[in-house]
Amino acid sequence: MADAPVRAALMITCLGDMLYPDVGVAIVRLLEKLGVTVEFPRGQTCCGLPLFNSGYHAEARELAERLVTIFRDAPYVVVPSGSCAWMVKHEVPGLLKDTPLAADALRLAAKSYELSQFLVRVLGKTSFTGRVRGRVTYHDSCHLLRGLHESATPREILANLEGVELVELPGHDECCGFGGSFAVRLPEVSTAILDKKLANVEATGATCVVACDAGCLMQMSGGLTRRKSPVRAVHLAELLEDAR
Amino acid sequence: MSEVDLRIPFRERADKALQDGFLQQALTIATTKFIDLQREAFGEFPEGDALRDRARSIKEATLQRLDYYVEQLVENVERLGGHVHFATTPEDARRIVLDIASRTGARMAVKSKSMATEEIHLNEALEAAGVSPVETDLGEYIIQLAHERPSHIIAPAIHKTKGQVAELFARELGRPDVPADPEVLTAIARVELREKFLQADMGITGANFAVADTGTVVLVTNEGNGRMVTTLPRVHVAVMGVEKVIPSMTDLAVFLAILAKSATGQKLSVYTTLVRGPRRPAELEGPDEFHLVLLDNGRIDQISGTLREALYCLRCGACLNVCPVYRNIGGHAYGHTYPGPIGILLTAMLNGPGSVKDLAHASSLCGACADACPVRIDIPRMLIELRKEVEEKKIAPWSERVVFGALGWLLRHPRLFRLSAPVARALQRPFVRGGRIVRLPFFLGEWTRTRDLPPVAPATFSEWWASRTERTR
Repeated sequence: MADAPVRAALMITCLGDMLYPDVGVAIVRLLEKLGVTVEFPRGQTCCGLPLFNSGYHAEARELAERLVTIFRDAPYVVVPSGSCAWMVKHEVPGLLKDTPLAADALRLAAKSYELSQFLVRVLGKTSFTGRVRGRVTYHDSCHLLRGLHESATPREILANLEGVELVELPGHDECCGFGGSFAVRLPEVSTAILDKKLANVEATGATCVVACDAGCLMQMSGGLTRRKSPVRAVHLAELLEDAR
Repeated sequence: MSEVDLRIPFRERADKALQDGFLQQALTIATTKFIDLQREAFGEFPEGDALRDRARSIKEATLQRLDYYVEQLVENVERLGGHVHFATTPEDARRIVLDIASRTGARMAVKSKSMATEEIHLNEALEAAGVSPVETDLGEYIIQLAHERPSHIIAPAIHKTKGQVAELFARELGRPDVPADPEVLTAIARVELREKFLQADMGITGANFAVADTGTVVLVTNEGNGRMVTTLPRVHVAVMGVEKVIPSMTDLAVFLAILAKSATGQKLSVYTTLVRGPRRPAELEGPDEFHLVLLDNGRIDQISGTLREALYCLRCGACLNVCPVYRNIGGHAYGHTYPGPIGILLTAMLNGPGSVKDLAHASSLCGACADACPVRIDIPRMLIELRKEVEEKKIAPWSERVVFGALGWLLRHPRLFRLSAPVARALQRPFVRGGRIVRLPFFLGEWTRTRDLPPVAPATFSEWWASRTERTR
């Protein structure tokens, strides 16, 4: 990446804003250390994915319109969750096609990046100093892996992270059972899927399981603390201190 | 035939499956093995990806001119001395097969594995008409003995452990001391079935493909029973969904290269049977009559419908094996002929969107199905479309529509959204233990019964950002 200062807007997402502010704070501090000018455009709520996936497309379209308008002036948009990034990149343009915002929606899709992709693919940074030591494992979030076809950038960062040993998670590409409203519509099935995921996580001997999606983190940490496991589910950003 | 009671809500059917230890054991072993074999097969086959694209485009191109290819198929099958019948509904299809049976005086029909005949519930109709159907695929044979329905598209008895099969054989075949050894069990079935092949008047099959420009009906099997069914009895009836027609033998080669790899991880299945009409003069083997029943049953409507891509389906079952929901609950809980992710789409195709108002949500939308599909059917996308249809036609429960309507409204009002944080912080207080929400009322209790929830933070990100901006001002 050129040395010209990069300006990026943070799309905090609904879960990120309300439940995981520490992740957002960590992203802001990290990006600023990397010389990025971080903006936080006002009026953000949600990308509309929960409504879209449940079939409430009229409601999702109204949120898509808000999104496109809010981020119109941002040169880059950084999204901490793979699923929200997928929504912005893959579904928002479809929802807004044949509307006056169609072109803006395509521009938003093109300039939006999931955090690990932004760090590696836009800023060209893969080496960081860490906030944890020891063994960690990585869970591929479904939307980041199969929606955005990204499995490399988070691993590249973790494998280069100072003081950290990255071990592969058995069944790393299997769903954690979150699936948005699926988790409360079919809680028994959702929990059965989660139990298998957590058994795999615990088998790695890792102190934390890293993911790049607030939904997966909510699901996995929800199961881990309920079973009083010493393993923590953490967002990638929470592990990164500074460039090295 | 034991039917799944659809009056029991899907969630309860699924929960019952989760509690079934035998089922859990059988599912884990079988689906894990299938996944490994499929990955290995494509891993050794670098052309696989390009062939999947090719297969997909053949399916799409065929659908665009389906009427032309069907006409060509009919012409060629008739030229070879076969008969072609069109069935719009399952009733039509059953009547056609029963008419053939009664005209030819058939008393026993041997069957090769066929989902199309499952779909039209043919066995019950044959029995009622005095024709005894005998399933000759080992898995189908097992579930016929057990009076059950297939729980997987290619492995119908996947839900049974070998121990359960041994018990079933001992009980139903009156054999003492049957060991739980697959080889012994297969040998027993083989002996039992050999007689039936020789006695049967009619052979009934499905079809994996029908090649338009040659009139060839193609069956892909592993046990050799398909060959016996198509050659030994006097009459052969093949029942096939109308979308299974493909243009040419060149196209067939593309599908054969990926079908078995996706289904069982084999390079090719053991038998690929090509049937071209009845026995011709001077030929030694083959039936006197050959009939092809082309089944619509909701398919033709979907050529211009939201489920169009589901018509590409090869019925390989790969999407079932990788689906986290299927892997945990098996096929019977779905309650319809076709289980798993593709099964939800096919159920909607056959029975309308109302029939899947719950099933449309039986997916975390993880996308593993679309990844595994040999013709890359975007199953999650169509599940979302079905959910949309269920919502728009107001088939979804009003309580759900109120919740999502309210959520949508709140998210359109950023100031109220911000205000909801302090409100939530006040409301959540009684439910927080050790920094985690451990129980919640209403539908949120479905989450907290098995999982904790992070509470709304003491300061949301927006609040932190605002205070930070304040400080730096």
